[in-house]
Parts: sequence; structure tokens; C-alpha cells
Amino acid sequence: MKTIILRTASNYMLPLLLVFSVFILLRGHYLPGGGFVGGLIASIAFVLHAFANGLGDTRQLIRFHPGFLMPTGLTVSFLSGVSPIIFAGKPLMTGLWYPHHLPIVGNLGSALFFDIGVYLVVLGVTLTIIFTISESV
Amino acid sequence: MIEQLVIYPLITQMLLAIVLMFFWSRIRWQRVVSIFGSLINLGVAIWLFVTVWQGGTLSIQAGNWEAPFGITFVADTFAATLVLLTAIAGVAVSSFSAGSVIPARLKFGFFPIFHFLLLGLNGAFLTGDIFNLYVWFEIIIITSFVLLTIGGEKAQLEGAVKYFTLNILASIVFLTAIAVLYGLTGSLNMADLASKVAAVENRTLVQVNALLFLVGFGIKSALFPLYFWLPASYHTPPSAVSAIFGGLLTKVGVYALIRVFTLIFEVDPFLQNVLLAVAVLTLFSGAVGAIVQNNIRKIFSYLVICHIGYMIAGLGMMTEMAIAGAIFYLIHDIMVKTNLFMMSGVIYKIKANHNIRKLGDFYADHPKLSLLFAIPLFSLVGIPPLSGFWPKLSLISEGWFTENFIVIGAIIFASFITLVVIIKLWGEVFWKTGEKLPEVRNFPYFNKLTNIKKTQMLAPIILLSIVSLYLGFGAGNIQNLAERIAFELMDNQEYINTVLSK
Repeated sequence: MKTIILRTASNYMLPLLLVFSVFILLRGHYLPGGGFVGGLIASIAFVLHAFANGLGDTRQLIRFHPGFLMPTGLTVSFLSGVSPIIFAGKPLMTGLWYPHHLPIVGNLGSALFFDIGVYLVVLGVTLTIIFTISESV
Repeated sequence: MIEQLVIYPLITQMLLAIVLMFFWSRIRWQRVVSIFGSLINLGVAIWLFVTVWQGGTLSIQAGNWEAPFGITFVADTFAATLVLLTAIAGVAVSSFSAGSVIPARLKFGFFPIFHFLLLGLNGAFLTGDIFNLYVWFEIIIITSFVLLTIGGEKAQLEGAVKYFTLNILASIVFLTAIAVLYGLTGSLNMADLASKVAAVENRTLVQVNALLFLVGFGIKSALFPLYFWLPASYHTPPSAVSAIFGGLLTKVGVYALIRVFTLIFEVDPFLQNVLLAVAVLTLFSGAVGAIVQNNIRKIFSYLVICHIGYMIAGLGMMTEMAIAGAIFYLIHDIMVKTNLFMMSGVIYKIKANHNIRKLGDFYADHPKLSLLFAIPLFSLVGIPPLSGFWPKLSLISEGWFTENFIVIGAIIFASFITLVVIIKLWGEVFWKTGEKLPEVRNFPYFNKLTNIKKTQMLAPIILLSIVSLYLGFGAGNIQNLAERIAFELMDNQEYINTVLSK
């Protein structure tokens, strides 16, 4: 699969797909999208890069083991879930909202952080699975 | 923050699992974190239990959505008791796994997955939403599947395939039942369903729906025609895993059955007969299965099935005292079965064999250990005043009052066979002069282990034996607890009022 066309394209596709995945993540609160799809798209960016340039290059690009993203993402989601208990004395997963409207992001709330956590977990799981499989092939 | 107490057992287990994931490849740290975390969780569970015992049922609405629409978490005495038992078993098995499971298995995330399993169990006990219950069941299945297959031995994979196929089938049946229920009533909240199901006009459909739930939970709790996955899989993983499976997994099914048939569905005479027939056949087939086995863990697997029958018989008789008997048996069974599987693990570490025909000399070589192991074994049989005796007493006397003589016969038969099986086991493993077993190379024999590991393996057995002894000698307290739970289950107004905050 190491053709020059794919390799050149993948260099441009990687940042594009990552930006697109963040867009999908942010869009997800009211419209189709969200952390899960966003995470899948982000992992496609890295998988494409791995196909074009080889697994070693992609690993160097990411620097740490993608499995590390799983507990990180879980921590983000977990903190977003328990934050209402700690800060507001309300039940688990009650939405806490920053009262002012922000540009691009829209309204900032604890639900967004939950989605970011899901995004990271999905990215971590997918990359771990695909890297492990392609290593053993 | 105190009013959120219901959710804390879930939060501690989740946090523990996440922290353990950060220590993925540092097994030493995982052992320490898991044991101390389980102790903290035990503290939280005791706190929840005491609060519920003193102040009555607690509930919270996740996401602050009003009751019939959001997901509710409820801790009544039943749920709080089971969370407490899960926490005790969790401490025991966590310590036992730290001592007994080999590092090659621990490297693949044994401890994080174990705590996710406990999270699923706590969630299933505390949730007040039938669909949420399904989600917790899924968490339990997925984590238990991983625990079954970690290590990747051939026998393990074979057992896991059977386990997974039948349990996924149970989930599908359960999910279908939920869909039908939602179609009939338009609600998923269990407290809300309690009144709505009673108002449905199409009684036939409600009956069919109840049977769907019975099949779904019946597979999970290994009832008579649907139990084949259990003896096929429980003897394959490490003993620590078998311990938590044998102690708690089937009991979640029993918990769900008791909850659904006391809260949501009214048990009519037809359903009552089905439950009693299933209970009798479960008692019978489990007992007969146990008597022909030679592998220690297979014997215990069949005894798990057999003793599920007692609880279902209690549920089937549907009187307050009978349910109290079933609850008492549930409490006793969780502690004893967990302990027995851990005990089989210690025997295996000492002798490197599971076959009772080949084992022997245990009493001559290890008299103190034998006396320790006698406690769970004879509690299981129910020799008075040990813990298995008291619930059977309530069940038999209640069977007499409700004139279910076949059930009494089955209970006595199963108790008798259990006695025979345990005596056979005692004679073969502990008293017989066994043949000299060949030394297995590279096997981590018990006497080669460090003292810390020996303590980690024996301390949980001592802990659970003490709990078992308390269940027997403090039977009055446990009977009070069981009667209070049965009262709350039969008169579910407090549960409904707390959830719907009328």
C-alpha cells in the first residue's frame, strides 16, 4: 500500500480528518455526531496514516501507547459524571452549564466533557485493536 | 452530598477500575490498589447498609430527571444487603487473586476487569430501571467473558464459547421482554411499572411477558432446563474467577427474578406452579449432577445449580416467610460458594490436581487447613447450627403450611444429596490415603510461595469462614434482616413511594 499518491494524500488527510472529527464531536449535542463517531473518524485518520507510511511512523507520530487514551478518556467522562455531586450537590450526571454563550463551541456544559471522554476512549480502543492486529499479521 | 450515598458504591468501583487501568503493566501496584480499594468499597457498602437499615429506602434520580422518565437508583434493604455481600466477596476475591493468579494473567488487565465486574454487579442491585438493569447485565457478561478467557487455554476458550452463547441468548430474551413490557405500558421505571402493569387489560400478554422474563433470568441464574452453560464453563478459569462467578453471577439472576416477580408482576397460580416445578427440577438435577462428578470444581458448579433451587422454591411459594427463607439462603449461599471455590483453589495450589479420586491425605498433611475448610463445607450442607440449616428450616416449614409437599421432598432430597456429596469429598480428599501425585514442573506450588502470597490466599478464606459462622450463630439477626427484606418486597409501597416521591 506504500504508493506515493496515498502517502502524499495521507499527510494532508491526517490534520483534515482530525479537525473534522473535532467538528463532529462538537456538533453532537443537538445534531447527529458526538464523541463516538468523532473518535472513530479520528482513529481513521491515524489508520490511514499507518497504511500509507507504515506502523512505525504512526507510532512515532502518536509518541505514547494508544491504550493510554482509554483510562484518560474514562477519567474525563467519570469526572464529568461526578462533578454535579462535588460542585452542586445534585445527582450523578446532572448537566452543569456555563451560563454564557461561547463562540464556535456554543454553550459549555459537563455533557461536552463526557463526550470528550467518549471520544478519547473510542480513539484509544480502536487504535489499540488495529495496531495489535496489524502487528501480528 | 450525603443524599447521593446510593451511587457511591458504583463510583468507588468505577474509580478503582480507572485507577487500575493507569497501572496496566505494573502488577505489584495493581495488587495493592485493588485490595485497599476493595476495603474502601467495603466501608462505603457498610455505610450504605447502615443508613438504609436505620432510615429506610433511599433513591436518587440520575441526571436530576423526574422519576418515571430518568434513570432511578434505589437502595432498599434488599439491594443494600446484596451490595454489602458483594463488597465482602469483593475484598475476599481481590486478596485471593493477588495471591493466586499468575502474573501472565494479571498482565492482561485482570484487576481492572474484575472491578468493572463488581461495578456491574453493584449497578444491577441498585438500579430501579428495567432497561438500566439490562445494561448492567451486559457489563457483567462482557467483563465475565474477559475474565473467563484471560490466559487463553484451550479448555477456557471452549467453556467461554458455551458460556457466552447461552448468556447472550438470555440477554436477547430479556431485551425482548423489556420491549414487550414497554409496548404494553410505555414505561421502564420499575416502581412506575408496578402500578401500570396491574392496569393492563390484555392479561394473556402480561403472562407471556412474565414468562419471557423468567426464561431470560432463568438462563442467567442457571435454572433447570437452561443450566448447561454453567458446569461447562465454571471449572475452566483460575479459582479466583470461579469464586466470584459461583458466588455472585448466578445470584444476580435470582435477585432479578425476585425483584421482578415481587415488584412488577403479580404471581398468579399458574406462574407459581411453573416456578415451583422449575425449582424442584433444579434441585433434583443439580444434586444428581453433583454426585457423579470427580472434579472438585465441577462438583461445586453442580451444587451452585442445585442450591439455586432453594431460592426459587422460596420465591415460588410466595409467602412472606418463604421469601425470607429464600433471602437468607441467598445471603448464606453467596458467602459459602465464594469460599468453596477459593478453597478448591488452595487445594489445587497444594496438590496440582482437581480430581478427587487422585487427591488424598489432606488431613494428615495439613490438619489446620482441613479444619478451616470444614467450616464452609459443613455450612453448605447445613448441619445445625451452621448457616445452611436455618433458611432450609423456614423453607420446609413454609412448604408445610402452603401444602407443597413435593417441594419439601425435593428440598430434603437435595440437602441429603449435598450431604452425601460433601461426605464423599471429605472422605476422598481429606481422609483417604492418596496415591503419590507426580511433581508438575514449573507449577507454582503452595509451599514454594512467599509468606505474603500465602496470607493473601488464606486470609480471605478465614474472613468468609468467620462471616459464615456468624450467619449460623447469629442466625436471629440474619433472620430479622431477611424478614424485613421479605416484608418490604411483599408490601412494595415504600419502594414505590420513595422512587416516585409521592
